[in-house]
Formats: sequence, structure tokens, C-alpha cells
Amino acid sequence: MRIKDHPILGPRSKKRKVFIEVDGQRVEAEEHEPIAAALTAAGIFVFHRTKKKSSPRGLFCAIGRCSDCFMIVDGIPNTRTCVTPVREGMRVETQHGLGQWKVSS
Amino acid sequence: MREIEFGVIGGGPAGLSAAIEAAKCGVKVAVFDENERPGGQLFKQIHKFFGSREHGAGIRGIDVGTQMLEDAEKHGVEVRLNTAVWGIFDGPKLGISSDQRVSRVSAKKILLATGANENALAFPGWTLPGVMGGGAAQTMINIHRVLPGKRILTVGSGNVGLIVSYQLLQAGAEVVGLVEALPYISGYGVHASKLRKCGVPILTSHTVKEAIGKERVERAVIVKVDENFNPRPRTEKRLTVDTICLAVGLTPMAELAWLAGCEFAYVPELGGHVPVHDDDMQTTLEGVYVAGDLTGIEEAHTAIEEGKVAGIAVAEALGYLTSEKAHELKQKAWGHLDALRKGPFGQKRAEGKVKIKIKERRGDK
Amino acid sequence: MKQGPVAIIECVQEIPCDPCVDSCRQGAITIGEDITQLPQLIEDKCTGCGTCVPGCPGQAIFVVDLNYSKQKALLMIPYEFYPLPKADSKVKALDREGKVVGGAKVLKVMNSKRNDRTPVVSLLVPKELAMKIRHIRF
Repeated sequence: MRIKDHPILGPRSKKRKVFIEVDGQRVEAEEHEPIAAALTAAGIFVFHRTKKKSSPRGLFCAIGRCSDCFMIVDGIPNTRTCVTPVREGMRVETQHGLGQWKVSS
Repeated sequence: MREIEFGVIGGGPAGLSAAIEAAKCGVKVAVFDENERPGGQLFKQIHKFFGSREHGAGIRGIDVGTQMLEDAEKHGVEVRLNTAVWGIFDGPKLGISSDQRVSRVSAKKILLATGANENALAFPGWTLPGVMGGGAAQTMINIHRVLPGKRILTVGSGNVGLIVSYQLLQAGAEVVGLVEALPYISGYGVHASKLRKCGVPILTSHTVKEAIGKERVERAVIVKVDENFNPRPRTEKRLTVDTICLAVGLTPMAELAWLAGCEFAYVPELGGHVPVHDDDMQTTLEGVYVAGDLTGIEEAHTAIEEGKVAGIAVAEALGYLTSEKAHELKQKAWGHLDALRKGPFGQKRAEGKVKIKIKERRGDK
Repeated sequence: MKQGPVAIIECVQEIPCDPCVDSCRQGAITIGEDITQLPQLIEDKCTGCGTCVPGCPGQAIFVVDLNYSKQKALLMIPYEFYPLPKADSKVKALDREGKVVGGAKVLKVMNSKRNDRTPVVSLLVPKELAMKIRHIRF
């Protein structure tokens, strides 16, 4: 849920809408915000699943210092979504396990 | 390799303050910060700060931050954002990375002002989405303007737990309760009062036992504890919450100081392992200074004053200030630091700071 | 308390802090050299104007006028939430533990630049509850 008006921060400033793709679904985001903020606002809280038990993991530190917010972003695994800003057309995928690097030969 | 006079690692209140003081004296300063925005934790602090009027009390943290950035720009401080410092070598030399490229910078003097990390608390279910740091919730609501959840349980009654809970109320969330394992509230009474008058229950001698949920937190189990923090049987209570904020202390982010070879001391009342320093904020390594939460968990105003001391000391060491003038300026900052460390809350920190003070320099290491 | 509106400073812990001193234009609040000391109110100088209410970072200052009318007292509280109450509206009055203890009427809401985003709500409350009520809900 996005905070529309705030007693100290004031009303939201107008930000350009940006559309990203999350596991194939189109999700609306705001220009420059971190991927994790867009997902949280959209009600998506599971960012990756662990290797052994497929346990859900999501936001924890929000400042790029743990690893709970890792997702695959534009093909790159282990991307810290809490400090990576969205871009129009960005592809975001729930990461399963440790992440596979696609190394070109 | 790029050569600079004064490299500051960390663009929070301590780092910016040091940069501004040094730049005022003519030193060429470069601040390196791995984040997109400088300011450290300042831009999350939407509340009015305590402290002395003379030094900006009564002003909201966000406005202190904005003012500091203006001052930094006014004095020609170079701020390199999205730039991580990953190593320190003899020299001192910094290993930096930015834009997927790695390079080295040689500096005459450096200041480590890397701040602190939130502590974690492990309990069954703590890995579920919805369990996060108190600071993490604060970042989401005050920087990104997104509610991390609607029904919150806060763990910890230090100032972070109390302030973040209040800010969650302001953001439109419901704080279902705040638990504190100690038998008393460890933060300021006035912060607790703000929560209590809104009807938020504060349960001392309680802690979180378990988080329950499938894909996300759905319920929390809290339990009463005895004087040894052991759970008392059959005192469990279930709360319907979707977010559990852990506000259980901070630990200095001391990796770079450790890598560089600074001498450390273990001081629990300052947050754990901290680099020792002298009155000038210089560590056991010549030319390596420290300031802010890295040297002990305190607050924004002490970070600002410690940064000032470091900036003045560096300007003096580089020959931009006479010893007399430097001493006069440092005296003011030291006086203010003493004032901020008075009273029942400051006492422990003041004692901790004495434990890490280098009284005599033992020569170059 | 018998004369008219007066500031009530509910600051009870020794914390280095003194913005309240400057927030009073009458010089009615003093702390002294050591800012850890608790603020003292010089009652003769206090006019109950309420300028100190938004100045306290701990939101620990209130204004009470026990002589506003025969049955009612005036109470000013800091209120940093949205939405703000409307003048002339009726609200629930809460005590320091957030329990509803009665009703109150909003006289006015002051939120000038000087408040720096801490609006002050002026309430009409039952006289016997003036020292109990510290928050509202509506």
C-alpha cells in the first residue's frame, strides 16, 4: 500500500509510472523506486525461495546489506531488489535456490 | 591511480560533517557512499531531534540532512554516490568500485564513517517475509512511502523500536503491540508515552516466541520471560499481525576498520567491537580516522560532532589549520559531545567511550 | 493553574535537550547551563499561548486552562496525524494509556509554519479530565 498523504512528509509527489514484468505479470511501479518497494506496494512479498525447502524469503534489511531480497533481474541472479531501481520493461523473476549464472561461451 | 587529500567513507552525518569542516579549511575532500542517496540514516528520521538548540535540536532529521547536503555543496565537497569502498591498503589506499568498474584511490588521510547494521533476532519463523528490521520498516515508509504491512508487532523498546512504531502509526499502520524482554522500557519515556496515548500496548518482560504463516507472517506468538529471559510456561499470547519489526540493537559496521588493521576493543555498551581512537578521532593507524556509529552506537548529533573533530584534525594534520585554531575548534565539539553524553541515558555511552580512548599515540604502526 | 491557561511540562527524565527554552517567547521556560536538567516553568511569565507545545521533540508539553468556563477546561495537545480534526467537531478523548475517558469538542487546529508540521489541537474538555486527557480519536 502506498502512502498517499503524510503528516510530516506531505502529499506524494507526482512520479512517472513505469511498468515492470514480474514472473510474467505486468506490475506498475514508480520511476526510480527500488524493485522491492514496487513489489511490496503491489502486494508481492515473496522474492525468492531457498534451495532445500523452497521456503519463502522477502524484505529484511531494506538497505542492501543482507541477501533476503535477492531476485533474478534481467537475467542476473542474486540482485538486491531493495537497492536496485526499476526501469521500464525490467524483467523480474522469483529466484529458486542459489541462482544460476548464464555464462556465454 | 587517483590521488586525493582526504577520503571520507560514508556520506551520513559523521562523514558529511567531517567533509564540510575540512573543506571549510581548504582541504580537497571526496566522500564515497555506496548508496544512491547520501545522508545515511538522516533522511528516515522524520521526527524532531533532541539535544541543544545551539546545535540544531528541535529540527527534524530530514531537514538536518538537507542542510548538510547544501553545506557540502557550498564548500565544494565531492560526493561520489553508488561507489562502494571494498578495501583499504597501506598508504592509505582505497579500493573502490562503481559502475561495474574497480579502481584504487590514494589518499593522504581517510575517515571511516560507515555507521552501523541492525541486529537480527532468530526465532522459529523469523525467515518469513514480513519479519524485518525496524530500520527496514522505517526505510520503506519514510523513504519509499510504502507500508510494509498493516498490523505490526515491534520487538524492542529502545529508541529505534519506539520511534519507528510511532512513525508506522503516522504512516497509517496499526501497531498491535511492542514487546521488550527487559523489565523496563529502555528508550526515552516520552517516546513511549506517544505510543501509549495512542493505545499501543507496551509489554515489558515479554519477547517474541514464534512467527506463524505459510508465505508470509500471519500470526505472532509472544511470551512472558523471567529475569533470566527464559520464557515462562503457559504465558503465550497469539497476535494477528502481518509484520514483525526487530529493533534489537545496532552493531558498528567495522569491516573496513578491521581490514585496515586498526586496533579494536570489545565494548558491549557501545554495540560490540569498536575501533579505538584518540581525542582527534584518529585510530591506531596514522592517517586513518573514525567517526559516528562506527565508533559506538549513539545518535545523529554525536555523529555530527565526532565528524567535526575528525575534519578539523585532518585539516590540522594537512597543514590547513594552526594547532591553536584547531584546538579551539575541537574544544567546542568536545564540549558538546560531553553535554550530549550526560544524564542516565548518556552515562553508559560516556563510560564506553572512555574505554576506547587512546591516550597516547604509540607511533606509526 | 488557577489564573488561566498555563503550560504543563510533562518532562520527567534527564535527557540533554533544550528546544523548549527558545520556543517560549515570554522567556517562561528555563533549563540552565546543564541541558540535562528538567525544564522549569516561571508561572508568572506564562501566558498559556501554546507556542511551546509544538516545540518539544518529545511532545511532552500541553496547555491547560481550568477556568475556561464553569464546567469545561481548555486543553491544547500536539497532534501529528492525518487526517486532522475539524474545528467544532466532536471527538473521543483518550488518557495517557489510550483509553477513552470521555468526549471533547475541537475548538481549533493551529498549524502554521512555526509549528514545523506539529499541529496543535485546542479542545474543550470536561474540567475534571483536563489533567487526564492527552490524545484524541475520531
